[in-house]
Amino acid sequence: MNAPLNYVPRSDFKKRTFAATQDPHLRQSFRSAMDFLMAKRQAQFPDQEAFEHLRALGEEVRRYSLSRLPELLEQLEANLTRNGVKVHWAEDAEEANAIFLEISRSHGATRLIKGKSMVSEEIELNHEMAKHGVDCLESDMGEYIVQLDGEKPSHIIMPAIHKTKEQIARLFHEKVPGVDYTDSVDELIQIGRRILRENFRDAHIGVSGVNFAVAETGSLCLVENEGNGRMCTTVPPVHIAITGIEKVVEKLEHVVPLYTLLPRSATGQAITTYFNVISGPRKPGEKDGPKEVHLILLDNGRSQAYADEQLRQTLQCIRCGACMNHCPVYTRIGGHAYGTTYPGPIGEIVSPHMMGLTATHELPFASSLCGACGDVCPVKIPIPDILMRLRREASHEAEPGRPALRGQGAGRNRLVSLAFAAWRTIYSHPGLYRLYAWAASRLNFLTPKSQLGWTASRTPLIPARQTLRDRLKNRA
Amino acid sequence: MSARDNILARLRAAPRSSAPVMPDVAGRLADRYAALRAPEADRFGTFRSAIEAAHAEVHETSGAEWPALVVRLCREKGVAMLACPPAGDLSAALMLEPDAPEIWGYGETMEAVKGRLFDATDAGITRAHGAIAETGTLIAWTGVDEPRSLSLVPPIHFILLDRSRIYADLLQAMTEEGWAGRLPTNLLLISGPSKTADIQQTLAYGAHGPKELIVLVLNPEGVAA
Repeated sequence: MNAPLNYVPRSDFKKRTFAATQDPHLRQSFRSAMDFLMAKRQAQFPDQEAFEHLRALGEEVRRYSLSRLPELLEQLEANLTRNGVKVHWAEDAEEANAIFLEISRSHGATRLIKGKSMVSEEIELNHEMAKHGVDCLESDMGEYIVQLDGEKPSHIIMPAIHKTKEQIARLFHEKVPGVDYTDSVDELIQIGRRILRENFRDAHIGVSGVNFAVAETGSLCLVENEGNGRMCTTVPPVHIAITGIEKVVEKLEHVVPLYTLLPRSATGQAITTYFNVISGPRKPGEKDGPKEVHLILLDNGRSQAYADEQLRQTLQCIRCGACMNHCPVYTRIGGHAYGTTYPGPIGEIVSPHMMGLTATHELPFASSLCGACGDVCPVKIPIPDILMRLRREASHEAEPGRPALRGQGAGRNRLVSLAFAAWRTIYSHPGLYRLYAWAASRLNFLTPKSQLGWTASRTPLIPARQTLRDRLKNRA
Repeated sequence: MSARDNILARLRAAPRSSAPVMPDVAGRLADRYAALRAPEADRFGTFRSAIEAAHAEVHETSGAEWPALVVRLCREKGVAMLACPPAGDLSAALMLEPDAPEIWGYGETMEAVKGRLFDATDAGITRAHGAIAETGTLIAWTGVDEPRSLSLVPPIHFILLDRSRIYADLLQAMTEEGWAGRLPTNLLLISGPSKTADIQQTLAYGAHGPKELIVLVLNPEGVAA
């Protein structure tokens, strides 16, 4: 897979959102997909009270796990090591990629096959490995499609959701040798199956993500429908799993409420086809399974979120995607416009820790604060509150006593700050306010007709000839 | 300082919430599963309708009759080569049947049988450890006698399930059997044939794993199939 990678640049967020909203195909793809996913999820939670009860437990499990995070990570490491799994730690993407490369080199591996893993997207594994002559092929159908087209996923659960089947049919016809044009979904999937099976059989290393890591047993749990995750963790002689440090839970039974919530919230399924619990490499006498299993624990900014009790709630996330499915902004601009690995509301609150506010300060503002994301979140992350908090952090210095976030205040605009400072001064001094109101109503003909962003799609704001206070006085 | 030390030090430096309380998962989920755990609950019926809704085929049979049923289904589905677990009991029973397909036992390592498994085998047969009624889920306890690729690589997967081994829900199976203390290398929950909806939300079966999942439920002696 040596296709050029056309990653979305990380600037010009507004330009990208404008372009996305002008694309009728994209709008149609997302609108219909989100309507479909919302309806399917709703059917899984017919009883609001039962849902609230279940998600309160999901939240409790995640909060408990995070409250003991350093201890649980050590327990996980000890038990995985006892089970024969090699545990690695990476502070950032660069370190994680170096670990992948080192393991690949020690096995002379040049062909990696990958199950769905958003963390591997976060570190841009495929791209980095390609620089060193290591081929990393995506095997989730949606991921395979976007990789074939040199794109990144536009949704964390359904990576190719922005594409129509006709677009995929053309892509297969153009990029896969010997494939005739067909827009039958069954035929397209069978084409993908045929090509990827050869790769499962012959790949040197299988790569996967992790949905839940269980500390007490030293186990990695993978949730999937296609079977490619099982292929990647069963057939190649070496398996490398990568996960964010926040995914650990203490007890095996803690997985039950989370796994009950995850597929219902994500795709409206009561359960996925496969739940794959891996607790070590192939044991003596066993006929299959990898002979070597590695786990890479990645920080990449998560410990910054952890350092603050409010922002720590971001790490409760179980990556179901329900917040994006219900977001009016995501539905209209799609996943690529965000320019981040994780789009939508969760992306707006997690990306600033991974990439810094300098690159992401506009994201917390890409929300109407309607609250739908918080209402559907299966682990009750107060996403709107965290968006408000990050808006503050993006445009102000850190509050005294709080550590500055990476890129703190990067979105500060001198003109806006000045305008708000002036507004605060006027509105907190009665004399000044009266003078301002008198001048604004008498001199309202001087109001500019073009008022920056406001008048881009609205009529200009012009003060009334009389203040409300004066009108009330005249009425009496 | 290593990456490990740096990460753990940062996490330890963060403010800690006061004495966290272990969530009572069993207590909090008791109501949710009460109906299905009741003695009069129809666990088999619930299991069957859930897994059939997920596109699996369910056949009721018995300890004596299942080999003939498998051979008949193989013939109907055009299975020319069937892979069996290493132990030999399943393959021995199947080989006694007239018109049985070509049968091989998974007696060697995956490396030795990879070509045959991927390119020549039409179906695999395994034994389920048990099942979960609520979600229509089979429990596969893989290990020395149950290679994990047997339920994954061949396009058709036959699985034998003892009717008496159906739990109400996942938590019940996990706690009653004490899974946390004795997990195998690879524990699998299987709830239908492999599927995907990655192209325009259109459901297609047989993504990477089996296209067909056929559950053979072994009724205890005396219960009519």
